[in-house]
Amino acid sequence: MLKTYQYPKYPFVRPAELDHPEQTRHVPVVVVGAGPVGMCAALDLAQKGKPVLLLDDDDTVSIGSRGVCYAKRALEILDRLGVGERVVQKGVSWNVGRTFYRNDEVFSFNLVPEPDHHRPGMVNLQQYYLEEYLVDACRATPGLEMRWKNKVIAVTPGETVVALRVETPEGAYSLTCDWLIVADGARSPIRHMLGLDIEGKIFMDRFLIADVVMKADFPAERWFWFDPPFHPGQSVLLHKQADNVWRIDFQLGWDADPELEKRPERVIPRIQAMLGDDREFELEWVSVYTFQCRRMNRFNHGRVLFVGDAAHQVSPFGARGANSGIQDTDNLIWKLNLVLEGKAPATLLDTYSEERCYAADENIMNSTRSTDFITPKGNASKTLRKAVLTLARHHPFARKLVNSGRLSVPSFYVDSSLNTPDCDAFNGRMVPGAPMDDAPVTTPAGTPGWLLNHMGNRFQLLYYTEDASTIDPATAATLTRWAIAPVPIEPLVIATQGTAPDNIATLHDGKGRVRERYDLTPGSVYLLRPDQHVAARWRTLDPDAIDAALARATYRDRWAD
Amino acid sequence: MSLNTQPNFHNPEKHTFYDYSPGDDFYAMLIEAHRDLSDEQSALLNARLVLLLANHIGDLRILEEAITAAKADL
Repeated sequence: MLKTYQYPKYPFVRPAELDHPEQTRHVPVVVVGAGPVGMCAALDLAQKGKPVLLLDDDDTVSIGSRGVCYAKRALEILDRLGVGERVVQKGVSWNVGRTFYRNDEVFSFNLVPEPDHHRPGMVNLQQYYLEEYLVDACRATPGLEMRWKNKVIAVTPGETVVALRVETPEGAYSLTCDWLIVADGARSPIRHMLGLDIEGKIFMDRFLIADVVMKADFPAERWFWFDPPFHPGQSVLLHKQADNVWRIDFQLGWDADPELEKRPERVIPRIQAMLGDDREFELEWVSVYTFQCRRMNRFNHGRVLFVGDAAHQVSPFGARGANSGIQDTDNLIWKLNLVLEGKAPATLLDTYSEERCYAADENIMNSTRSTDFITPKGNASKTLRKAVLTLARHHPFARKLVNSGRLSVPSFYVDSSLNTPDCDAFNGRMVPGAPMDDAPVTTPAGTPGWLLNHMGNRFQLLYYTEDASTIDPATAATLTRWAIAPVPIEPLVIATQGTAPDNIATLHDGKGRVRERYDLTPGSVYLLRPDQHVAARWRTLDPDAIDAALARATYRDRWAD
Repeated sequence: MSLNTQPNFHNPEKHTFYDYSPGDDFYAMLIEAHRDLSDEQSALLNARLVLLLANHIGDLRILEEAITAAKADL
């Protein structure tokens, strides 16, 4: 098969521990698994100045393109980690998805229907590129040590430390750590070692993935067919990736023989029938997959923290796998950082499990619904789907019911115990628990940028006023009073003009999008978490209310005596 | 009044952030109602649903429009 990509090989370096077996090294945090999720976790924590040891049993990136679609929210997290731009530059940005039934288009969607967002709804990029960029970033980050060909073979969780046994090509060694982040994938050897359950269901269907290199002028859109003439009775999905690689996904049915269907002499005629002409193409990667939707009961078990596919799995329709795993790390790392610094109780990590189990349930629900539509079970479901698809030609309500995948969007943690419920009235969707909406901003010097590029990694107070230069000394003193607090809050003034006093950061909302999306009136205040989610909001600046909301959002109000 | 064929599923008690959610909620509810039924039972369930919803709408002009829309290209 053709290769458009040269797989890097990362060197195994003999760990010093092998030569000093009498000493057991202790590190604060070990991450197991250098996939996209494990690397995001390691990078995020190391960028916050914490030493991290990242172990992987392999020495290269993902073999085959595998995960392809990276959603807006994941891109925003990658931006915070400094990797987003490379992904967007190399990948194929898209917003529009089209769904066909037989020969007719029955439904289309636009992931980002409103203007003035930095990132597109989705970027398609082969997983190996994302991993390569993350490896580069990890290697450039001080305090982050990556070890290839280091396989964890035993885990002993304890009250105060977690003990690990690690096998390498040159022998095994022991380690202890305060916290173990498990990002070792869907089969999660560590989850098995610890005897922890993951529950859900397997879907009785098989799908063929073919990555095809060809020159084609299909637009950068997601195309999905139900029952197309070239693959009757089943569904087909087409995605454009980088380097003229196209992802084609054929539904095969449960009775298909996976080994047989992977053979080029079976795959090539399917693709020829789809293309409908005799253009040349080459196969780059072929795989047949089944999937399951399941999750662990909780994602934190004492000092062992599960992220990504190790903790939860979904069907691929909706791109909710890697994207939700990256969001797991976004949620976990700021909390773990506060715990490591002794600024929040370890029970704050319970809210990682709480919020991300909620998100996993939402992802599983949406991807299960898509799967139920794509592979209906029983005659009643089949008839109902046919009713939807045939009505969709003429009736808008039925188009909305066509479900070829509800694509990855972030969860609104509306029920989170970290939220301070509203006591003032606000419109719009930036409720406590919401992931921040992006918006265009400019610095007072006139440099254009995006709100989210100024947010994250610390608690922030967003304060709105029309003319920032009119902020009075008392207000300025309030805004800056948490600068040297144990958990600092950094103020950011959003204004239409002027610069705030006392060196308080100011951004101008020239297009009015921040005001519109956050329903701001002069004096409105938002408390934002380090993962760019809303913690609380008020119409007026009240330091006592902010103190209480910060204590709540960090669990400092629950600190055990 | 005429037959509304614009998206209209909603739940006043549940705030949703994505426009497909209420319709998907309904679809899932309906699929769930058919779970483990025989084909005959499913057909009967659908017919009973039609009758209940038709009575709720009541206006024969709208019901006639709905029948016409449902019969098109059958």
